[in-house]
Order: sequence, then C-alpha cells, then structure tokens
Amino acid sequence: MRYNEKELQALSRQPAEMAAELGMRGPKKGSVVKRRLVKLVVNFLFYFRTDEAEPVGALLLEHCRITQEEPSGFSISFLEDPERKYHFECCSEEQCQEWMGALRRASYEFMRRSLIFYRNELQKMTGKDPLEQFGISGEARFQLSGLKA
Amino acid sequence: MTQVPRPHRPRRAAMKLNERSLAFYATCDTPADNEGFLYKKGGRHAAYHRRWFVLRGNMLFYFEDAASREPVGVIILEGCTVELVEAAEEFAFAVRFAGARARTYVLAAESQAAMEGWVKALSRASFDYLRLVVRELERQLEAVRSGGAAPPRRPRALPPKENGCAVWSAEPPAAAAAAAATAPAPAGATPGSQPGPEPPPLPPRRRASAPNGPLDSASFAQLHEWYGQEVRELRSQWLKSQAQPEGGGEA
Repeated sequence: MRYNEKELQALSRQPAEMAAELGMRGPKKGSVVKRRLVKLVVNFLFYFRTDEAEPVGALLLEHCRITQEEPSGFSISFLEDPERKYHFECCSEEQCQEWMGALRRASYEFMRRSLIFYRNELQKMTGKDPLEQFGISGEARFQLSGLKA
Repeated sequence: MTQVPRPHRPRRAAMKLNERSLAFYATCDTPADNEGFLYKKGGRHAAYHRRWFVLRGNMLFYFEDAASREPVGVIILEGCTVELVEAAEEFAFAVRFAGARARTYVLAAESQAAMEGWVKALSRASFDYLRLVVRELERQLEAVRSGGAAPPRRPRALPPKENGCAVWSAEPPAAAAAAAATAPAPAGATPGSQPGPEPPPLPPRRRASAPNGPLDSASFAQLHEWYGQEVRELRSQWLKSQAQPEGGGEA
C-alpha cells in the first residue's frame, strides 16, 4: 500500500502525548526484546532506535486491543489478527497503566465516540446541540448513526 | 568510559507500517466519513487516474474501484491544508502538506457538489481538529455539571483533570450508546474489567515534548475560527469562479 511516508515522518517529530524508552518485541515468533524510544502522536505509535531521529516504524492505533502482559508489560494486537501481538515492557506497573490508558484513548474512533457521547449529554442537559454554534452539527462524522449498533 | 563515535548508518529501509491493519480499517463495516470516485493526478506531469476514495477518520484511502478489498494507497491527512487549484480538470482541489519536497495531491471530483463535499470533509478530517472539539465539549459538560455555563476560557487555564483507571476498550462495541443513558461520574474501574456503561474517561494532563506554538495558547473559539476560515476562503473562491464567463480554462 502506498502512503505519504514523508508526512508520517514529519508527524513523528510532532509533540507527543506520551514518549518513553520501553522494551519492544515484534509479533514474529522468536523475536527478541529491543530498547526503543516509543512515541504516541495522534493515533500513531512511532518507535525509534534510541540513537536515531527517524522512526523504525509506526503503528496505526485503530481497531486495536491493549492487553496487560505480566506485571509491567502490555501488548497491542489488531482486530483482524488478535494473536499477532506487539509486546512492550515498562519499568513499573504505574508506567504500564499510564501507557495502556493513553493507548486505549488514542484512536480516532475513540475520540469520535467521546464527541458523540458529550454532544448527547449536553443536548440532554441543556436542550441545545453544542455543535450548532460551531456550524458542524450536520457533519456526518459526528452523528449517532455513525456508531456501530 | 570513552565514547566510541558511532559509525554513520547507511540509508535505512523504508519505515515499517502495520499495513494489514490499515487495510482492515479501510474496509471495515462502519459507514465511511465520505466516499466516492475522484480523479487523482499521478505526479506533476502525469495523467489522472480514476480511483474510489474512502475517507475514514484522518486517513484517505484510495482503491482501484469500489469493489476492491485492498487499497492501492492511503493519504495520511494530519497537518494538511485543502485548497482549490488552477487545473485543466474541472472541480479540482489539492491536499497540500507543509515542508520542503512535500507532495501535493491534486484531485478532481465529478461535480461541483461532490467537490464541495470533499473539501469540507477533508478540511475537518484531522485528529487534531477532532481533539479540539472533544476538549471543548468536555469543558462545556464539566461547566454544566458544576451548575451553570462557564464563559469561554483558554484550555490552559483549566485545572488538570486527573484520570481514573477507567477501562475503555478501543474495540467498537455498543458501550458508547449504552453510556449515554447512565450516570455522569466516571468511576475508576480496575484494569482488565469489562468496559461497562461508563462515560469515556477524561484525558490526563496533556504531555507535550515541546510547546505547540501559537495554536497552543488560543481559545477554542479562535482555533475553530482558524479552521473555519479555510473553508470560508474556499467558498468565496468558488463563488468568484462561478461568476466568471463560460469557457474559461485559465491559462
């Protein structure tokens, strides 16, 4: 699949929601743990060799599952292949929980559901659609009908 | 301990990306944010190819045709601007990125209405924009819950929101619809418990490795105005181009 790599690289240089050096192990059988600088920017998780400015790779965080693994680690897997896991090792339980929380909230789809929830709540409480004042109440992407039943 | 200078690494392989997951996201069942045929210019001096485009979140996928299961490619839309372009092709617009050697994607719709729809949809497709709107609604909801509408304030002036350990699965079950019907306060849930009918957790204080620059200190209204300005400018350009006499393909 073609993609705009330059823009993705530029994105990896943007301010991160979370960034830390973690142990990372790829999904292939027999892969070993490597130290990586892991950086969460919008709905992408970038990972760098610790001494390099360009990322080794990126994971788009849509339709993914974050699972706790052993005391202070977690894994990321994707809906189309739940057994294929990217493993991460944190230095503490606390760091692990922090990362898991951040990653679960990092997807565009999660943000969208949050928006729809808050919009709905505000409408119930105030009787007004909060998106009207911004002229985006008609946007298809913010409708309840967009949610899977 | 002396530091051995690191050897200069030769040019590395292309960045890895979880393409299979991207393809899965592209073709999943939920309705797309926009879709339709567009002509895509191959390169600066190349021909247009008709492709089936699907906009989902901040990703613009394109397929050989509407029945294809695998995208030919994807344009990641973070940090782009959408503009009209002077082109021989009618209903043309461009997705432009900042930076040296950045590619500009020239696209053409099949009608005025389709072009307007695409420009509007793409202008508001970024994660950044969505996050702004969510934070603003959060702020409003907080204000209403604490008894009375607060005047618009800069995001930075808000006290940091401490996040509980509420679990919110990234999978698409019906939790959000169920959540809309229940009590407001987000309860701290133990990790690993099932996502229940809870509202989404409030995000923790934003961690930035560097300040965001001018946008960071603007109020939501200003930021929305900034995004909205682009759409307004495009609209006035359309209206001007509509007023021009027939037969004008600009030289």
